[in-house]
Amino acid sequence: MTRSARRTRRTMQVAGAGAAALLALSACSSSDDSSAESGSSASASSADKLSGTVTVFAAASLKESFSALGKEFEQEHPGTKVTFSFGGSDSLAASITGGAPADVFASASPKTMAIVTDKGDASGTPATFVRNQLEIATLPGNPDKIASLKDLTKSGLKVVLCDKTVPCGTAAQKALDTSKLKLTPVSYEQDVKAALTKVELKEADAAVVYKTDVNAAGDKVEGVDFPESADAINDYPIVQLKDAPNAEAAKAFIALVQSADGQKVLTEAGFLKP
Amino acid sequence: MTSPTDAPDRSAAAADTLRGGPRRGRVRTGFGRGVPLPLLVPALLGLAFLVLPLIALLVRTPWHSLPDQLTSPEVWQALKLSLLCATAATAVSLVIGVPLAWLLARVEFPGRGFVRALVTLPLVLPPVVGGVALLMALGRNGIVGKWLDAWFGVTLPFTTAGVVVAEAFVAMPFLVISVEGTLRAADPRYEEAAATLGASRFTAFRRVTLPLIAPGIAAGAVLAWARALGEFGATITFAGNFPGRTQTMPLAVYLALQSDPEAAIALSLVLLAVSVAVLAGLRDRWMTSS
Repeated sequence: MTRSARRTRRTMQVAGAGAAALLALSACSSSDDSSAESGSSASASSADKLSGTVTVFAAASLKESFSALGKEFEQEHPGTKVTFSFGGSDSLAASITGGAPADVFASASPKTMAIVTDKGDASGTPATFVRNQLEIATLPGNPDKIASLKDLTKSGLKVVLCDKTVPCGTAAQKALDTSKLKLTPVSYEQDVKAALTKVELKEADAAVVYKTDVNAAGDKVEGVDFPESADAINDYPIVQLKDAPNAEAAKAFIALVQSADGQKVLTEAGFLKP
Repeated sequence: MTSPTDAPDRSAAAADTLRGGPRRGRVRTGFGRGVPLPLLVPALLGLAFLVLPLIALLVRTPWHSLPDQLTSPEVWQALKLSLLCATAATAVSLVIGVPLAWLLARVEFPGRGFVRALVTLPLVLPPVVGGVALLMALGRNGIVGKWLDAWFGVTLPFTTAGVVVAEAFVAMPFLVISVEGTLRAADPRYEEAAATLGASRFTAFRRVTLPLIAPGIAAGAVLAWARALGEFGATITFAGNFPGRTQTMPLAVYLALQSDPEAAIALSLVLLAVSVAVLAGLRDRWMTSS
């Protein structure tokens, strides 16, 4: 064998091993929290003039309405920038207690908010700013003729629920329990948007999500109301975080969410008033 | 050039990647003879960077509640599923990956470099993107999955088979690259000699090439198996998450971390132990065989 052949072979293998290491890193990054980072340099320069970045961690279901409010905030306060991290409330809470630098936390349930307040990471008491009701999302035109929560238990129907650790999953389980229904989904998704996406892609026949998510998806899904959802309405609390790098802007953003303007955006998206 | 007695040694070198490189002709420097500081400091930093997180995992392990955590049926369910799916994905990769590697190494055809690049693409692709791509191809509404559903009533998402597909998609390139490298290094004249003695090309592959490159196949299979065992992104995207059916260990670790960090640490410890056990076991076998 020639020397160059040996070298080629080794290069291939080293490249393979290196790529393995890289992939392993990228595969795990989603479960890391960013505890290594601490204290961003952004801070309010003066009390009345807001500036810098305000970082908002918000439940996945708030994506559309909070993005709109973020733009409004940036227009009202030139020089500021609102960055969002949307996700399952439980994983957001876990990264906040793990030290992720954020200014505001808006969760989809008091239980996930308690993870943050119990650790003493919140400044002040959380305030409920909206409530959200569950709805069944079906394929456009509702081809499986789903009319009630009970219809989801029909055999052969592919239903996805949120995982029980996220608020929409807890609420769905509560609705199922109170009506004494046993539902075996094909998957427990990690947040409400992931559950909705499975229906949008037509991989699942139905999902139990929030009314606001059905609204946001437009004509890609069809919503079916069910009376049991009244027993499982989620309160959405919002709070400023203790280690907020930009406390002034955080206060202003929470004020905007609770203002008449903010509430209008949220109720138009399908949220209920607190 | 080489003598035939050299052959087993050469093919065994394919496992070098996992054994820490070839042992011949390496320049060694003892600590006493002055390791240059610009190399030593980053090297130690690199070592600490790789080892520290694993030590932290051990330090933070809730040893008192560990027996309870580990005997819960959920853990065994996830572990069993993980081992099963990773092994099945490796088997799939072997059946279609080794012939693919042979094709790339032994057959001249136009665009071979391009095909090789395509094969290695899943290796550099973020796994979640792989999962989305699999949904588009093999999902119930995917370009191929649509027909699988219509003709055979087979849908892959949300099934254990879907987990195997997702894992094989990410893991197979490791096997193909490893086997192709070994094949290119193996002397084709053995196959030619077999052909002059009347063996068909397939017989030569089966009786001559395959035994020659077996260590390379084993190394590739271990890499692929390990990658499949740790697979997260493509699995949760393509196959979803349901305990006992598609919830493998990495998914269980991720979801447990949200609600019960102690359980997540315990689960991680199990995965760590499995990985170490596999590496240690294979190392012994290869060391004695070489």
